[in-house]
Amino acid sequence: MLDFKSIGKVGTVPDNNVSTIDKDTTLDTKVAIRNLYKIFGSNPSAMVDRVEKGMSKKDLLEKHGHVLALTDVNIDIPPRRIQVIMGLSGSGKSTLIRHVNRLIEPTTGEIVVDGQNVLEMNQNELREFRRHRASMVFQRFALLPHHTVADNVAYGLTIQHIPKNEALESSHRWIDRVGLAGYENHYPDQLSGGMQQRVGLARALATDAEILLMDEAFSALDPLIRTDMQDILLGLQDELHKTILFITHDLDEALRIGDNIAILRDGAIVQKGTPQEIILNPADEYVSDFIKDINRGRVVEVGSVMDDTKPESGPTIDRFVVVDDALQVLSKAGTKKAIVTENEKPVGSVGLDALIAAVAKPKVGTARSGTYR
Amino acid sequence: MEWLDEFPTLGRQDLRDLKKAIDLSFREFSRAYGDGIETFFDPLLYFLVWLEKLLINTPWPIIIFVVAVLAWIGARSWIVVGGTIACFLVIGYFGMWEDTMATLAIISVATLLCIAVGIPLGILMSRSSRAQAIVTPVLDVMQTIPSFVYLIPIIMLLGIGKVPGLLAVCIYAMPPIVRLTNLGIRLVDKEVLEAAEAFGASDRQKLFGVQIPLALPNIFAGVNQTIMMALAMVVIASMIGVPGLGRPVLRAINNQYLALGLMNGLAIVALAIIFDRVSQKFGARLQKHRESGHGA
Ligand SMILES: Nc1ncnc2c1ncn2[C@@H]1O[C@H](COP(=O)(O)OP(=O)(O)O)[C@@H](O)[C@H]1O
Ligand SMILES: [Mg+2]
Repeated sequence: MLDFKSIGKVGTVPDNNVSTIDKDTTLDTKVAIRNLYKIFGSNPSAMVDRVEKGMSKKDLLEKHGHVLALTDVNIDIPPRRIQVIMGLSGSGKSTLIRHVNRLIEPTTGEIVVDGQNVLEMNQNELREFRRHRASMVFQRFALLPHHTVADNVAYGLTIQHIPKNEALESSHRWIDRVGLAGYENHYPDQLSGGMQQRVGLARALATDAEILLMDEAFSALDPLIRTDMQDILLGLQDELHKTILFITHDLDEALRIGDNIAILRDGAIVQKGTPQEIILNPADEYVSDFIKDINRGRVVEVGSVMDDTKPESGPTIDRFVVVDDALQVLSKAGTKKAIVTENEKPVGSVGLDALIAAVAKPKVGTARSGTYR
Repeated sequence: MEWLDEFPTLGRQDLRDLKKAIDLSFREFSRAYGDGIETFFDPLLYFLVWLEKLLINTPWPIIIFVVAVLAWIGARSWIVVGGTIACFLVIGYFGMWEDTMATLAIISVATLLCIAVGIPLGILMSRSSRAQAIVTPVLDVMQTIPSFVYLIPIIMLLGIGKVPGLLAVCIYAMPPIVRLTNLGIRLVDKEVLEAAEAFGASDRQKLFGVQIPLALPNIFAGVNQTIMMALAMVVIASMIGVPGLGRPVLRAINNQYLALGLMNGLAIVALAIIFDRVSQKFGARLQKHRESGHGA
């Protein structure tokens, strides 16, 4: 289980879908969140009925003194992908992610991991689940201040009663892997925030769990450090292929990291989709508010705005190239149309007007997906 | 309107009967169980007597050496160690050595007893708000009730001697360690605890791996206060038969010996200061790396 070589093989699904980021692909589901409701208060189950009949968060708080944290959340998280959950502060992100390893019990609903309902686990099974199958990275690091970096990273293993020397050996490898070699004997309060979160990341990776839960893991860091950490995470993910649930309130981060994004508002999912889908077809004002300030030319990919005509000649552009770069190619070539390729094979074409339209802000509420409620 | 001018009291006869009934039933209780309770505390008595003899019979240079080493381990400061040695030399020179050893013995046993009972009690309180609601008022009473009041039932039950003295000291000195253990554990960073839980720590692993280690500075502050309060009880304990520096102070009060009282009083103060400095330095070292550092 601690064998380093085996890490690349973690995961039960054969990896034949890697380049397909289309949400319609029938990947099986690693983590399924179904009809999840969470209400905080003295008698939550009595409130479910009212919420199901459409009572708003505000009304529930004012009339019944209960906090509606999550309303009918449904997300299917494919294995070996990064699922981002995005929303403003107070929208229920932390509450949602804590349901996956049952740090919070739902009011009603199901959490199914690898086909097994987490809510039906007894205390022992739950503990084993947390030890081996899902690990977590925290917004404010939550390191053990009285332990050294090495012991912190080994924490998940020591808890499993793995012999100390074995645990430390693995700990050293992961410390090395997140670029903290030489800091093994430092204490958390001797490290900067970015370094502390590397320790947090290494601690989560050291247990070899297939699922990684990251609650605003990089939000407390300075922008430059945050980008560094994103790079580290993406580098690791290329190799480890974890199923990652990544919470953020930062759109740039969501777009950069997410294979899929779900947007949460007042405890309800407003939209689910790939970054491209969300940018091109924001489901409502809330979402378009979120995306209004991004540089669309640097995010929207050619593949998202092409059509499937295949002209004979013209410059070629890969479908994953962003619009800004595609415009450069066109202006250099002095033409108005380019062939779009995927793995060097033509799959369609894109014209200047389509590219320019993509940079302009989209109309609100044009999403076709049935995820909008 | 008679009840306005005169407070409606129970009536002299009834009141006397009530007090008498309470006294009688307690006397009966102590007659029935006093011996049993005394036997129960026998091991404590043996331990106390053994420690006292050990301290008094050990040659003084060895005692001073051991105390100096302990001071060094605790404080890591030559000033503190030097001050400690000087204090003990002066105490011996002025003929207070034996009484000081007896006081050290009872303070040590009382502190150990307070730790053995107080820390588990504090842990219990931290884990159950119900327990906290029950124990807190008891601690309030223990701390505020005049010592002389609880000396009465203790003497009725156990007579005059070392064990009742020890109990009196403990009743007074235990509350801080219970309170600070409870507080320390409740103040442990919720997020760190959540992290332990998220990695699958059991309740035991959380308690011994996270909560107690992180509460240690507070728990230790409780131990420090307990020692100080135990020292403050030395004179009262001497009233019911505990040997030590309190006895000459009592004698000095009765006979108006100013110098005797002052010297022994200062010896108690010296012990208190030594304990305090050593344990404060030790506490400061514990504090290091125990507060979660958020960024920098
Ligand atoms: N233990 C709790 N008791 C009552 N209300 C809570 C509790 N935890 C969270 N909430 C409420 O649930 C909502 C969602 O909180 P949270 O999940 O922390 O949001 P986010 O992580 O997106 O900022 C908020 O309105 C918050 O006040
Ligand atoms: Mg949050």
